[in-house]
Amino acid sequence: MAEMTMIQAIRQALEIEMKRDERIVLLGEDIGRNGGVFRVTDGLIDQFGEHRVIDTPLAESSIIGTAVGMSLNGLRPIPEIQFFGFVYETMDQIASQAARMRFKSAGRYNVPIVIRSPYGGGVRTPELHSDSLEALFSHTPGIKVVMPSTPYDAKGLLIAAIRDEDPVIFLEPMKLYRTIKEEVPEEAYEVPIGKAKVVKEGYHATIVGFGPVMPLLKKIVDEYEQEGIHLELIDLRTVAPIDIDTILKSVEKTERLMIVHEAVKTNGIGAEIAALVSEKGVFSLSAPILRVTGYDTPYPVGTIEDDWLPNPKRIKAAIHELLSY
Amino acid sequence: MFNENELTFTQVKMLDEEGNIIGNPTITTSDEQLREMYEWMKKARILDQKLLRLQRQGRLGTYAPLSGQEAAQVGSAYALTKEDWVAPSYRDHAASMVHGLPLEQIISYSKGHLYGGKIPEGLRILPVQIIIAAQTLHATGIAYSSKYKGENSVAITYFGDGATSQGDFHEALNFASVFKLPVIFFCQNNQYAISVPLERQMASKTIAQKAVAYGMTGVQVDGNDILAVHEVTKEAIERARNGEGPTLIEAVTYRFGPHTTSDDPTRYRSEEEVKQWSQQKDPLIRLRKYLENKGLWDETKDNQLEESFNDELNELIDVIESKQIPTVDEAFDYVYENKHDLLVEQQEEAKRFLANGGGE
Repeated sequence: MAEMTMIQAIRQALEIEMKRDERIVLLGEDIGRNGGVFRVTDGLIDQFGEHRVIDTPLAESSIIGTAVGMSLNGLRPIPEIQFFGFVYETMDQIASQAARMRFKSAGRYNVPIVIRSPYGGGVRTPELHSDSLEALFSHTPGIKVVMPSTPYDAKGLLIAAIRDEDPVIFLEPMKLYRTIKEEVPEEAYEVPIGKAKVVKEGYHATIVGFGPVMPLLKKIVDEYEQEGIHLELIDLRTVAPIDIDTILKSVEKTERLMIVHEAVKTNGIGAEIAALVSEKGVFSLSAPILRVTGYDTPYPVGTIEDDWLPNPKRIKAAIHELLSY
Repeated sequence: MFNENELTFTQVKMLDEEGNIIGNPTITTSDEQLREMYEWMKKARILDQKLLRLQRQGRLGTYAPLSGQEAAQVGSAYALTKEDWVAPSYRDHAASMVHGLPLEQIISYSKGHLYGGKIPEGLRILPVQIIIAAQTLHATGIAYSSKYKGENSVAITYFGDGATSQGDFHEALNFASVFKLPVIFFCQNNQYAISVPLERQMASKTIAQKAVAYGMTGVQVDGNDILAVHEVTKEAIERARNGEGPTLIEAVTYRFGPHTTSDDPTRYRSEEEVKQWSQQKDPLIRLRKYLENKGLWDETKDNQLEESFNDELNELIDVIESKQIPTVDEAFDYVYENKHDLLVEQQEEAKRFLANGGGE
């Protein structure tokens, strides 16, 4: 097994699947000759040709809208939105078109596309490059939203998404693209969509996170362990649908729950998890459910983003509060 | 420097209002085909009037009538083969009907049935599109697939003049021309987007000329002249099949009725204007006169067709109205291939309430 970054793992998943299935095409801005702005698709145009790795005109709605059409006529497109902040340009084609085609045709048509896009903060981007907008799509029936935090999960979840018959939004945390390396099998494997992972078992409190906050959470949980406080850490991995069973099982044990995500607080994934736990497991709880998230402002400029994002101080303060009950 | 005044678009016309051939055009259709096209137009008109009446009686949901636009839809769709794809808007059921969509599907859709958009297997027609111009991109993607797979099929997408203001229309034309895709953008310019007249949609002289900016062929045709519509569409399909890329067709027409059953067109159109179109430029009358002049059609045949199609429709409506309406729990079956746990939970809840009398 080789050590890989997330970029390498994603690229390998694309390559393996494109070799396996000729119906798979990639399309997006700068993904061909340039290999993508992060080089995720580097070299694929030479390997598979420009009819399968399509440098499109610069228009997000047409990238998704044509992918929808391609899928209706037998292809399995993987469109890329260069940065997820640009997704508003194609909201209709995702939320009203891709998400609803199975429903409006009562099953005659489906849209097996995977929309890949980098997102997430901490890398000092210009405006609208770092936003975490997953909640918009978790609020859209018909769409699945996958948010891996490790190279291994990224490869396995991407392969699962490609083989899925429904539209999947696959979000890639920019900050983690090259910062972690781990052993990733060379061959194809699937990590199931809709299943969370207990990263570390514990019993004092449960922390649920996903995407770019995971390495930080892991570090903090390890620190607390040194002090004899055993926190259970769950990587949600898929935010639509939410694996509520894994969370409930954990909360039954720990009686305390905290959710951490980069997206803004109001109506975020954390709010949905809190509502579900209130509905299904409120009597397990010994403390209020807490959230550490981005603040309810537009994603800020680079000079202040570290104070805006969930950071060690904010997370530890919340853990302290959670354990004080 | 580009000067719009140097652009000349001649509207293609072959049949005048009296059903006489104008000049000496190349007509590739047989008399039999022309008669069949007339029958389709007549059926579309009868269906349209019937559905309007049903809506007024409270037996149908909101309905978008197409009367006046039959030549544009029938003449173009008649040029397709079954291998070709149709991506329609909500006013294009005449085109879908010609391409094989069962009447039952059209009526069920307008009645708000859960399965109204379930296009039968094997038919290459997309469900009705509500979002203006969204389907132009789907047709473009479909055409990409056809080309990718080395198939000979083309895609045609129907939309109105209002759609030409939408970003998706421009993105579709651009994408299709860059990749030289076998797609036909068929605009029915009925001159109003609900209430807003064409001069408020654009300052261009024609819609067809927008093709110039995208490096594709643009054609303006008399949309109420079915001969001309059919011939220009056939040519566009031929170019598409030959790898010569997309065409934008502007069919100039008029909707006789309201935008939908919830609209009052007297607020924005004069009675004279409507009369001028519905009485002098009716596309059905034009082809009927032509066929009658050639001894291919007469009053008796017309009445017979009207009667038999009305009977067919009445029977079908009875069947549809006597069918059990699908229930809300079935809606959960078409969100994903496999329902996730939380969706199953909601479906079970819906079933419990249904068993208990539903939302009454």
